[in-house]
Amino acid sequence: MKKELKFVVNGNPYDIWVEPNTLLVQVLRDELGLRGTHRACDSGTCCACTVNLDGMAVKSCSILALQANGREILTIEGMANGAELHPIQQAFIDNWAFQCGFCTSGQIMASNALLKENPNPTREEVQLQMDGHLCRCTGYNMINEAIRDAAGRLQAQKSQEKTK
Amino acid sequence: MSEYSIIGKPTTNVDGAAKVSGEAVYTFDMTLPNMLYGKLLRSPHPHARIISIDTSEAEKLPGVKAVITGKDTPGGRYGLWRRFPELCDQEVLATTKVRFIGDPVAAVAAVSEAIAENALDFINVEYELLPAVFEPLDAIKDDAPLVHDDCDNNINNTRHIEWGDVDEGFKNSDYIREDRFIYSSQHPSPTEVHNSLASYDKGNGRLTVWSSTQSPYYLQLGLADGLKMREGDIRVIKPHVGGGFGGKNSTMPDSVNAAVLSMKTGRPVKIVFNREEEFTCTEHRTAMHLAVKIGLKKDGTIMAKEFKLITDGGAYTALGATTLYLTGTYATFPYKIPSYRYDGVRTYTNKMWATSVRNFGGTEAIYASETQLDRAAHDLGIDPIEIRRKNAMTPGYEAPGQYNVGSCGLLPSIDKVEERIKEKWTDLSKDEGVGFTLFAYMCGGIFNWIDTPYAFSGAMVKVNIDGTVDLFTQGSDIGQGTNTVNVMICAEELGIGIEDIRLHPADTATTPVDLGAWASRETMMNGNAVKDAASNVKKKLIEVARMKLGENIVYDLEVKDKRIFLALRPERGFSYYDIVKDAIKLNDGEPILGVGHYTPHRKGMVSPAWSFGSMAIRVKVDRETGLVEVKDVIVAHDCGQPINPLGVRGQVEGSVHLGLGWGLCEDLPTDNGLILNPSFADYKIFRTRDMPQIELHEVPTYEPGGPFGAKESAEGAVAPTSPAIANAIYNVTGATFDSNVLKPEKVLKAIREKEGKEN
Repeated sequence: MKKELKFVVNGNPYDIWVEPNTLLVQVLRDELGLRGTHRACDSGTCCACTVNLDGMAVKSCSILALQANGREILTIEGMANGAELHPIQQAFIDNWAFQCGFCTSGQIMASNALLKENPNPTREEVQLQMDGHLCRCTGYNMINEAIRDAAGRLQAQKSQEKTK
Repeated sequence: MSEYSIIGKPTTNVDGAAKVSGEAVYTFDMTLPNMLYGKLLRSPHPHARIISIDTSEAEKLPGVKAVITGKDTPGGRYGLWRRFPELCDQEVLATTKVRFIGDPVAAVAAVSEAIAENALDFINVEYELLPAVFEPLDAIKDDAPLVHDDCDNNINNTRHIEWGDVDEGFKNSDYIREDRFIYSSQHPSPTEVHNSLASYDKGNGRLTVWSSTQSPYYLQLGLADGLKMREGDIRVIKPHVGGGFGGKNSTMPDSVNAAVLSMKTGRPVKIVFNREEEFTCTEHRTAMHLAVKIGLKKDGTIMAKEFKLITDGGAYTALGATTLYLTGTYATFPYKIPSYRYDGVRTYTNKMWATSVRNFGGTEAIYASETQLDRAAHDLGIDPIEIRRKNAMTPGYEAPGQYNVGSCGLLPSIDKVEERIKEKWTDLSKDEGVGFTLFAYMCGGIFNWIDTPYAFSGAMVKVNIDGTVDLFTQGSDIGQGTNTVNVMICAEELGIGIEDIRLHPADTATTPVDLGAWASRETMMNGNAVKDAASNVKKKLIEVARMKLGENIVYDLEVKDKRIFLALRPERGFSYYDIVKDAIKLNDGEPILGVGHYTPHRKGMVSPAWSFGSMAIRVKVDRETGLVEVKDVIVAHDCGQPINPLGVRGQVEGSVHLGLGWGLCEDLPTDNGLILNPSFADYKIFRTRDMPQIELHEVPTYEPGGPFGAKESAEGAVAPTSPAIANAIYNVTGATFDSNVLKPEKVLKAIREKEGKEN
């Protein structure tokens, strides 16, 4: 029997009815049409489907949609500020941190949570946090560089805001 | 050579904003109104005759719209080696027998994926089990079961390559050694699984297929053959693709079955493999047995080489026959070998068919050659770098009747890596060692087994009244950056900006044929076609500018930085945008179109050009556990003129990643034909914490046959990676290996054996 799910996705409130066994990724992709969140492994082992749940990085294939009830979800579609890309997105572009791009949404959403927790991570700290993310294209180093580049951009943005 | 405005400058991906915003559409993300979901029923047996299939129960299920078996398909056979009908050995659905665990026998279309999957349980197939064969050395025995009844001894394909007098070469050698190797498979494991969406137009009998493919044209031909349709009635569109790595060249059961189901139901049908299907039922690297004999002079000069190979082809051919040829070719790279003889056999076995993974043929052959050469150098008392320098290919080298090397930066690459080892790795501990290897890779294949009368690549350029350009090309960007490379090449040739070009890629209905993304062919072949198309447009614009200048034909004009001007007096010229307007107005409003193509001529039998390079890897070996830690990697790489240095680095890093996996942890063990580890939990791929940093040096060369002097960069660096690790372990411990996947238990055993021999 369907149950009510009230939650906020990318700043927009939703009040929908879902089967209790529905995964969060299914609701995001199939009900809300947010297909930037990809699923790749069917087993919770690749992190491609990572989104932010109340600021935390979670695998949307590994939690039920109803677990998001009353909470806030941020997906890749909510990262940009209108036509202006988020500094993490821009850093991924500038550092060639993706190739096929299929795992990229998950990488960026995990980076977003990581940089909120640790605004200035070392290479090793990034490796530790991002170790679950499977990327078959890049060899990871350029992703690591992009995340640390993004950290610098976010800090610069913050100090600019302070001086305003 | 004039300074380039765009080529060689780090350039961000033209699809970048879409890919970081979740807006890039992959086939995986597509749905159409009224669309149905398809699923395949696969054989649970490695080898069995189909006695009967009863679909009546499944058809009755609510939500099921069609159930098909082999008899419902048009009955065409397909394959990539279309010049040889016997090698087109695949059916849309098996009609008489199944040949591996996973061979599809039926397909369902339903209103949801869950219903389609559920319906598979209601299809009853009666099989008569047949004895099966799983190993190539068993497959060729006279009493082996036949995978294809008309193929004696399961010999799918053979290949012979020879030049020079091999027997004389060995006679004149001071030192001869023979080594045997067994190499295992590797799964390409792209993050986007195989999936296709087919839509059949009942009104005109035409079919459109969106698919996660490396080659839209190959898929168009495979569909035409399998469905017995005209290829022109089939339109294949490649949206963004979530990686290929050699596993998406063939027509697979997703696309052909989605097509048949769409024809039956009159509705769009989508088939998406799950990850287990991806691991067990899609193409992977060819496992093989190799016997390699080499003869050298005391001073390390290679005199002769003999290479014998038998591969585990699995149930069908696809690109596997190409693997057989390329392995035999790569066994000679990148060395001058005066006499060479190769005999290879590809066998059918009752397993998922094996074809290509990134750097197919090269990875296996170069692993054998590079580890063997270190053993020979050790026996002869020659430094491993010196023995390589002595035999290394140089510009213009030719292997008689086989291949020609054009530009070649191999020797400078050796110097560079040697210099960096000396500078950087001065602090090796007693458990650390360095392995050194060389590599080369092709820039697309010259062979035409697909049997196409078209050029190997084509492109069209349309210049609009405001100077913007529409570029139409079938070049297949599967993540490697081809879209960006093509836009850069077009912009450089026309002297305009990247922002002036709108790319229309990879749609067989709107773009000229290109053979797709395999064997690192896109930069060389598609890039040349794009350059040719842009150049043909440029000629038209130059004619108009010349007329306006009133200059004699001996005065050359140039187009650069959005201006068209006299080469020797750059101040005399016009804005590009003004000339475009004039060109259209002056020619009765005719649209400005340029068509270009690329066909290799007089480039030998294999590839129009070759990339080269050297690699050194520093590893640490734990003698107690056998664990090998990759500490650092240095690569010096000749890819001609790099088009986009950002993309080149990405390709080299990705290649090393894949090579590390094949060398250390990626394996596909089977039991009676069943793949035992079909998930990312059990199939180990390097994660970010495993990954070393890579120091990359580009060795500048200019390849005359390449667009703006460019060569490939997408695959070469896979091959040297795993042998560099093996050589490093050899240098630390003296242990040698006759196989890849150097897991701790294997390394420990080899160390213990070595120590046992010494004590």
